[in-house]
Amino acid sequence: MYFKINRKKALTLMTGCLLSGVLMLGGCGQSLSGTVGIGGSSTVQPLAEKWAKAFETKNPDVKVTIQGGGSSVGVKGCAQGLFDIGAASREMKSSETDQWPKLVTIHVAADGVAVVINPASNSVTDMTLEEIRTIFAGGSSATWTVINREEGSGTREVFEKAVMSGTEIASNAEFLPSNGAMKQKVANTVNAIGYISLGYVDSSVKALSISDVVCNEANCLNKSYPISRYLNFITNGTPDGLSKQFIEFCLGVEGQKIVGEEGYVAIQ
Amino acid sequence: MIKFSPRLTQKLAWGFTWAMGSVAVLIMLLIVGYVLVQGLPVINLDFLFSSPEGGLAGEGGIFSCIVATLWLIVTTMAILVPLGLGAAIYLSEYAPDNKLTHFIRYSVELLAGIPSIVFGMFGFAVFVLALHFNYSILAGALTLACLLLPFLVRSAEEAMKAVPSSQREAAMALGATRWQTVTRVVIPAALPGITTGIILCVGGAVAESACLYVTMGGSAGMPTSLLSGGRTLAVHVFYLAMETNALDKAMATGAVLIVIIIAINLITRWVSRYLQTRMKGGTSYGV
Amino acid sequence: MMSRYFVDRISRRLVLCFGTVAFLILIFIAVFILKGSLPALEEVGIVDILFGTKWYPSHEAFGILAMFAGSVIVTLLALVMAVPLSVGCAIFLAEVAPRRISNIARPAIELLVGIPSVVYGLVGMVVLCPFIAHLSGTGSGSSVMAAAIVLAIMILPTITSISEDSLRAVPTLYKEGALALGATHWQAIHHVLLPASRQGIVTAVILGTGRAIGETMAMVMVIGNSPILPANIFAPARTLTGNIAVEIAAATGIHESALFVTGLVLFILIMIINSLGFIICRRKND
Repeated sequence: MYFKINRKKALTLMTGCLLSGVLMLGGCGQSLSGTVGIGGSSTVQPLAEKWAKAFETKNPDVKVTIQGGGSSVGVKGCAQGLFDIGAASREMKSSETDQWPKLVTIHVAADGVAVVINPASNSVTDMTLEEIRTIFAGGSSATWTVINREEGSGTREVFEKAVMSGTEIASNAEFLPSNGAMKQKVANTVNAIGYISLGYVDSSVKALSISDVVCNEANCLNKSYPISRYLNFITNGTPDGLSKQFIEFCLGVEGQKIVGEEGYVAIQ
Repeated sequence: MIKFSPRLTQKLAWGFTWAMGSVAVLIMLLIVGYVLVQGLPVINLDFLFSSPEGGLAGEGGIFSCIVATLWLIVTTMAILVPLGLGAAIYLSEYAPDNKLTHFIRYSVELLAGIPSIVFGMFGFAVFVLALHFNYSILAGALTLACLLLPFLVRSAEEAMKAVPSSQREAAMALGATRWQTVTRVVIPAALPGITTGIILCVGGAVAESACLYVTMGGSAGMPTSLLSGGRTLAVHVFYLAMETNALDKAMATGAVLIVIIIAINLITRWVSRYLQTRMKGGTSYGV
Repeated sequence: MMSRYFVDRISRRLVLCFGTVAFLILIFIAVFILKGSLPALEEVGIVDILFGTKWYPSHEAFGILAMFAGSVIVTLLALVMAVPLSVGCAIFLAEVAPRRISNIARPAIELLVGIPSVVYGLVGMVVLCPFIAHLSGTGSGSSVMAAAIVLAIMILPTITSISEDSLRAVPTLYKEGALALGATHWQAIHHVLLPASRQGIVTAVILGTGRAIGETMAMVMVIGNSPILPANIFAPARTLTGNIAVEIAAATGIHESALFVTGLVLFILIMIINSLGFIICRRKND
């Protein structure tokens, strides 16, 4: 008898949990379980890792795996089912929306692309967009070592769109596969110039102001800084289940607080 | 041109070869020594038994990478060893001397030369995408098994061919079937060579990075099944070096890898010596 | 219980199947890379891909000549450094060194084979690149030179051990004959042993070349990955392998297909090199 009641109770509890899990949108203390796979942009990666950690702490039975690869990997991987959520540090390209019309873009944070130089070897603190363009196109008389990102990088696309306006980046620039690699290279190379996400900027590199507009949170949010963008999650169709819970967590108060802590720009 | 006396020429030549020999050994000592000196001080229990935490600082240890490497090795070997031994048995014991055999042997040689990244491309499109294994240990292991297959086939075949045919004939004369001869006479006798080949393949699996970089994904999480992604130690070195500031941790992971490789080299030597002395000691096998 | 004859019959079939697996994988890879290459070959054209010097996928430029040149230049430079070193080493181990020393030196050099390429890349990045940057005065040191040095070290043990084997395989009678005629030991090596083992050494060099062209991760780490014909050996470049590794995951459409063409070129290059080695090796055995 005792046993029976208990089982009934457990059953009710379980149904309740399931129901609330399905119906309610996070944060009621019910336990979620399963895995969410995220992959793509190396800009979003450190942020996603912190979100994942906080989300896993709240829901111990959930596992969030995070992979890098670049924004194009995020879009392509999401469309091909490699990830539940693709991460992209740029908007979807028209070629992508044509190829995979089902993909949905969700803004999760904002960010600026900081033009950074090696701090020890150069005293420049400000440049105009034209000056930056000349340097990256390989037409500058000064000896800059230009560092570029790989094809498929969202940061590179945003940078090219905002700065290069159709001009090509010189092919003798070095190519590196991530923000981290770029930052490390700029920090260790004499006269190096590159570009990284605002979230990656620290004292090892010097972020230039562009025509006296500093790359910081406020200027990125009000778009006065010329190279700013949204960081996005991409899902195949409207997100549901655990992915939905996770994205809502990221957009919630807690999630957006993490955005600020990590040096990116909160949007909510 | 000045003509030296033969003895002087010999002295000069000796000087040259001694120099080359020493340079080669010195290079090895420098590389291994540098990585160990830089890396070993960073290694402690905490480093070995905590997982990477991601982020730019490369915080955390390498535990999940060790686990992923082990999963990968076990899975790869489970696929590779039966396949490789089977192929070697065929080539050494069954294959008639005809065009097909030549073709197979030629393709084993060619397969051995194909760059790892081409296997990676293949694995990415076939195992990761087409077969929906996703970025996973299974996809990595299948790719790696294809990559290592020719090496195992070659070393196992060589070991079996080295078994004197008189032993096979003796077994057959006693009425054993071909298969019994193979399993009870040839394989036991070729065991040192086969074991060495398998251990070297484990070494290859530990060291491989290019084909795994594109088939296993970079997720540093703890693997929970064959279908979860993972990051092996070698790939972790690449990530740490390229994407974080934690060059000391990259060196430490490199040091762990070098220790494993040295251990594998020593084990190979020991195994082949041990099994060979046992064989010379006249112990009968299997039957 | 199955009869042993039955087991024998089954196992015969089974090992035949296993025997053909290597062959099947090879065919499968070849067909599959070819199939992946077709869209780019059709759309961009084989000439524009093979002989185009500009690689800028977002601007529809898919020339891989620069990467081809990058692979070839780095490999040649590595061979220039590695061949004298390894052949010298092989002579040292086979003929010159006292047994006690060669017994220590040989495994020491062979240890280099097993070290993961990422570790070479790491040491190259941390030690070699800054040094080269210091020498050349500009850039970060990621360069053809750094890549060639790393490669030379990586192929050193391959060439050394195969060359040593072929030196040892020369019948001792040859050497003894030369010595009996009054030749010095070095004259015997120079005029008898080396010519007699020439094919083996050439095979060793060819295998080393194959390994060098196929190396990926260490190259990505030290060469700078710029898809351009390097202006000099202290300038960055990109290899065919690096092109695939850096871009395959993100590529779609024609870009992805162009990477398959890169793989196809690599595949054919390796096929040619290894077939050469195979032919030379077989002629030796006949």
